[in-house]
Amino acid sequence: MASVHGALLDLKRLDQLAAGDTAVHRLDPRAKVLATLVFIVCVVSFGRYELSALIPFFIFPVCLIAAGRLPAGYLAAKVALVAPFAIAVGICNPLFDRTVLVHLGTLDITGGWLSFASIVVRTALTVAAALTLTALTGFTSICRALVRLGMPKAFAMQLLFLYRYLFVLAEEGGRASRARELRSFGRKGSGLASYASLLGHLLLRTWQRAERMHMAMLARGYTGTFPAAQVGRFGAREVAFVLFWSALFIILRLYNGAELLGTLVTGYLP
Amino acid sequence: MSHHILEIDHLRHVYPDGTEALREVTFSVCHGESVAVIGANGAGKSTLLAHLNGHLLPHSGEVRIGHAPVDRSNLHEARRTVGMVFHDPDDQLFMPTVYEDVAFGPMNLGLTGVELQNCVAAALRRVDAEHLAGKAPYNLSAGEKRRVAIATVLSMSPDILVMDEPTNGLDPYARRQLIGLLKDFHHSKIVTSHDLDMVLEVCERTVVLSQGVVRADGPTLEIFRDEALLRECRLEKPLSMQGCPVCGK
Repeated sequence: MASVHGALLDLKRLDQLAAGDTAVHRLDPRAKVLATLVFIVCVVSFGRYELSALIPFFIFPVCLIAAGRLPAGYLAAKVALVAPFAIAVGICNPLFDRTVLVHLGTLDITGGWLSFASIVVRTALTVAAALTLTALTGFTSICRALVRLGMPKAFAMQLLFLYRYLFVLAEEGGRASRARELRSFGRKGSGLASYASLLGHLLLRTWQRAERMHMAMLARGYTGTFPAAQVGRFGAREVAFVLFWSALFIILRLYNGAELLGTLVTGYLP
Repeated sequence: MSHHILEIDHLRHVYPDGTEALREVTFSVCHGESVAVIGANGAGKSTLLAHLNGHLLPHSGEVRIGHAPVDRSNLHEARRTVGMVFHDPDDQLFMPTVYEDVAFGPMNLGLTGVELQNCVAAALRRVDAEHLAGKAPYNLSAGEKRRVAIATVLSMSPDILVMDEPTNGLDPYARRQLIGLLKDFHHSKIVTSHDLDMVLEVCERTVVLSQGVVRADGPTLEIFRDEALLRECRLEKPLSMQGCPVCGK
């Protein structure tokens, strides 16, 4: 279960990055959440063969990573982790869609390859934006921001508990699985059956823990609602941040930024 | 008016599966007293603790806090009066940061603004954990978790502090730190533990539970000298009262 443990440490690192103190870290979480939402909507709303117009969108995660002094290599590795899923989703496209859409010199590019590349680029963009947001803001602040933007409180509570107890549950599961491994001596043990009972026990233990937590909450005067969190300020800087990025995304959505830049550079050439 | 702040009177509890966890438990705690409840595994310690803040209600008998019996109608009051520190701090620290966790109780009691900040800061200061305020609970060590768990309860200024195995799983330094902390509290305290050396230092009075009944109740030192009683209740003398392991004296 070393991999699970490693993944958890990684998750903790993402959270620790949010403790930084740069101008983008200090922005009200709502501003960052809003800008990221607009970004994601714009990116996913492009047509399936669009590729060149997507490229300029990389400016958003790149700018935030630079301004927040985040470790770019680490985040890129996280994005690469998701790449296999995107590839699995799009890999059949080149087989089915064989209409040639673009001629690059003697090379013919089919619609299938274009849409495949588009899927991969879109995944990279959205995942990079979401990870950057988390690394700049922290998971709990994002939840709070979503509540203040109108998400039902019950969802936020579920998410917060999930995040808090993910670590505890994964450690418990890891220990149980290691105990099983140590006594199965490289064989399969009783195979799936032993995993089933292991999972069952994990569920029961989680259940008992939930009961104890509820007891702890009641013991401290819990009556069904979480006390309101401290208020942040949605000031001029936040408004400017949201307006600037949203405007940029919408412009890039309506006009192909790469093409514009291309004409700008080559337009005067004969 | 007597000076008893907690009275347990002929308490009996039977679990739904028929296990009679408490048969007949009677004792009381005075203002400022430190009482240890000790006993073998399954003697009924945890069941007893769950009655103190009304998580379990008695089948017969009563738990009285400041002369008012604990029942469904006054659970809130009972829970504020009795501060419960759980066996596993992970059960108790459920908020995203230490600060919010310590603030959870006071906020539910209606504190806000500067008053709330002062209350949280004071509770954290008492357990020497001010520097942990912004941290997430899963980033704390076991000793830090334990101290913060105590702060979450202290912030509600309870009249009685109830602790379930507070030194469990702590390294010697963290254990020593915690013992110093407990000695400094002038609260009424009820502590259950298998760490009898800690009991010897922290509690002047000890109640011995065995199979759901109170087998002995008296000054800690006297009880720990009664070897026959301890053996019968599946306990043994604290290590500090046993002979030197080298020379046997």
